[in-house]
Amino acid sequence: MRLTLPRFLQLAVTLLTAAFLIVPAIQSIVAGLTVNYFRGLSSGLTLRWVGEVWRLYADSILLSMGLAVACLGVTLVIGVPAAYALAKNPGRLSRILEEFISLPLAVPGLALALALLQLYGSMTGFRTSWTFILVGHVLYTLPFMVRSVLAVLMAMDLKSLEESAATLGASAATRFRTIVVPNAMPGILAGALTVVTLSIGEFNLTWMLHTPYLKTLPVGLADSYASMRLEIASAYTLVFFVMIVPLLMAMQWATDRAQRISR
Amino acid sequence: MANRTFIGLCLLPLAVFSLAFLALPLVRLVMASGEGTEGWGIYLQILQTPRYLQTLLQTVLVSLAVSVAALAISTTAGLFLARNRFPGRGALLSILTLPLAFPGVVVGFLIILLGGRQGLFNMLLPGHVVFAYSLLGLFLGYLYFSIPRVLLTVMAATEKLDPALEEAARTLGASPYRVVFDVILPGLAPSLVAAGAIAFATAMGAFGTAFTLATDIDVLPMVIYTEFTLSANIAMASALSVLLGLATWVLLLLARSFAGATVAAGG
Amino acid sequence: MTLTIRNASKTYPDGTRALLPTDLTVGQGEILSLLGPSGCGKTTLLRIIAGLETPDAGTEVRFDDEDVTRLAVERRNVGMVFQSYALFPNMSVRANIGYGLKVRKVPRAEREQRVDEVLALCRLGDYAERAVTALSGGQRQRVALARAMAPRPRILLLDEPLSALDAALRDSLRDELAAMLRQFRITAVFVTHDQAEALAIADRIAVMSQGRMQQVGPPEELYRTPVSSFVARFIGNAMPLPGSIVDGRLVLPGGHLPLPAGTSGTEVFVRAEDVHLDDAGPLAGTVETVAFSGGHYRIGIAGITGETLFATHPGRQAPRPGDSVRLRIDAGDLLVLPQDRS
Ligand SMILES: Nc1ncnc2c1ncn2[C@@H]1O[C@H](COP(=O)(O)OP(=O)(O)OP(=O)(O)O)[C@@H](O)[C@H]1O
Ligand SMILES: [Mg+2]
Repeated sequence: MRLTLPRFLQLAVTLLTAAFLIVPAIQSIVAGLTVNYFRGLSSGLTLRWVGEVWRLYADSILLSMGLAVACLGVTLVIGVPAAYALAKNPGRLSRILEEFISLPLAVPGLALALALLQLYGSMTGFRTSWTFILVGHVLYTLPFMVRSVLAVLMAMDLKSLEESAATLGASAATRFRTIVVPNAMPGILAGALTVVTLSIGEFNLTWMLHTPYLKTLPVGLADSYASMRLEIASAYTLVFFVMIVPLLMAMQWATDRAQRISR
Repeated sequence: MANRTFIGLCLLPLAVFSLAFLALPLVRLVMASGEGTEGWGIYLQILQTPRYLQTLLQTVLVSLAVSVAALAISTTAGLFLARNRFPGRGALLSILTLPLAFPGVVVGFLIILLGGRQGLFNMLLPGHVVFAYSLLGLFLGYLYFSIPRVLLTVMAATEKLDPALEEAARTLGASPYRVVFDVILPGLAPSLVAAGAIAFATAMGAFGTAFTLATDIDVLPMVIYTEFTLSANIAMASALSVLLGLATWVLLLLARSFAGATVAAGG
Repeated sequence: MTLTIRNASKTYPDGTRALLPTDLTVGQGEILSLLGPSGCGKTTLLRIIAGLETPDAGTEVRFDDEDVTRLAVERRNVGMVFQSYALFPNMSVRANIGYGLKVRKVPRAEREQRVDEVLALCRLGDYAERAVTALSGGQRQRVALARAMAPRPRILLLDEPLSALDAALRDSLRDELAAMLRQFRITAVFVTHDQAEALAIADRIAVMSQGRMQQVGPPEELYRTPVSSFVARFIGNAMPLPGSIVDGRLVLPGGHLPLPAGTSGTEVFVRAEDVHLDDAGPLAGTVETVAFSGGHYRIGIAGITGETLFATHPGRQAPRPGDSVRLRIDAGDLLVLPQDRS
């Protein structure tokens, strides 16, 4: 690579941007591991703050994990068959339905949360249970699952595959189980990783839907940012990074793979 | 016939879920906006109240600035990364795309670490350099989560551009600069529009960042939040939500009909 | 313009030696076809001429007396027709054709006039204002040619310009393209892997295989006197006659054939049109397959060589599978070639 002037400028912009994104992340990692952030690294490294985070917020972290798994289960059960049905009938109605369930991608979470609160806020049992938050998460992540699976289904020759299975005697349900789902696997995997990643990081809806006894990881984060010392807030952010970064990398890998297959 | 039943069954869970938790709540939201003392006149009231109007204007301006900046930065970096191979490229790419799913709250905290009272700039530079709680802090926060999204869109679009188009332009005598303006940017235009619209819509609805920065800048989601929780003005919170949701939805719809690509906001 | 290439070679960064050191000269106004199987390095050589690929050190590319080896592509003044045509989708037909003149800052009036000329020459006048996405395959191909020609390039380079078309259209456009290229009187290099295309369009053909130039010459010469078995097989589908050579005669399972006098090669080939059914012929075999293809029959015969030997039979009647037949091959039609290096 020869470094001409335009190349150099592009490289400078790229490096500056990367610095802007990575420097504060590194700061928070360092702050979460130093004894006293204001005295700097010379004060020594410690896992004390991480331990503190676990003592204070273990419930939030576990709740978020549980919610993510539940959310994945629900989006799989609702999303995969729905994507199949949409792929089988690529008409106007399907387009409108797809558009409609994708509304949560366009409409801000705050507005959706307000809508849910006003309809279901008075059902106290539901309102105060973790399933209320789950509904919000499913609402937000479902379109990702449906689209991811739909893209893979549309790219393959679903019709011929199914017709040949049918001539061999497979019923509709058998075809779905043995032909559709295995072939849609790359899309399902990419969708699943996206759902889990987004569910763990979801804040906008959750902040409005949560109760004082049900705080998810990001809600706990907001809480720590507002009320804890910087080292604890940083250590908590570090814990979040440790959970989310591998998920994100897996998600990008799976999405790339699914897209390569769709092409 | 059994076939159609099966497909109907496949759609049933989705239909039930989105009716109960999407369609009906949204209807309820719209209804609630008209149940205040002004009735449906509340929408007129929004347009006549300077505080709301100014909030609206401020939100649009910040979002617009963020989209333009994110487009300029991400297109430059994206083209560079898509067209050059060098050691460290993979690491750079990871750094630029990993913040993709950082929630707004975390981004807000990272901006505080950079420009807050105890932030990097304030510690390293002489004088009192604090920008996290100002308009600049909000702008940087929104920029932080917009860059990865736009970058990924630009790079995906760049890889789909036919390299023969650029070569054809060059055999016809076009300089590398002309190739950028005559071939590459027109080829990327639909994706740039789509990515810009996503960045804009996301910034319009972003809540976590503003919340964490506890900024004194009024942006629409913060106003909705305070109307709802502090003033308990449910009708106004609902009306503002309806406006915000409608605006972002229509915008993304327009962008998509122009770009023909799938557009998704989020976060 | 005369194109002279000396010692051109290309090694890709991954180590692929796509082109081994090659010399080639294309005369003023000559149409040269680069012919060879997929992956033999035709496109690589063409892109080196265009300046789109940096060749290995030691390569020299000359346009007349000018050494252009290190000249950037946009300053070489070449016209290139891409395999996919690469028409700019954001521009109309007219804007595509005028693009090369526009970047050279040709004044508007002159530009329009030259675009109109080329439009007329390529019979595109009716489509000038159309979007390039609203054209048929054949029209796109003409726009690509017109765009390459409008700036009056020194050399025209075409990379499989017909391969994006379907078979029927390809045949009819082949002769049209040949006529248009002659009309332009421009030095042209034309890549193809289809021998019929090369034979129909080119003044001279350069046959390539595995990054190496095998033979360069007029179509008739390549057909009649191939220098290697690769060329013989590739042009006109010559069939091998594997047998031992004893006293100037070729000994085959189906009989003996006299070889032409004074040959030194070791491998013998023949083409199907030179194999004749003849009751007095020296070779005996059994008919295996008979296929009617309009003007003639193509008859597959077993027992002459180890494999099936094909004969083109022009008569109105053909033998049936299972019939015993006798064959004649004239000594002058046998191609006796040295063993290929492999
Ligand atoms: N960018 C590249 N990097 C590495 N190897 C390459 C590259 N481009 C081409 N090659 C290799 O170089 C060889 C010659 O390629 P080239 O494209 O010149 O073949 P071709 O004769 O044009 O074939 P075709 O008829 O299929 O177009 C091939 O083996 C190909 O795989
Ligand atoms: Mg080629």
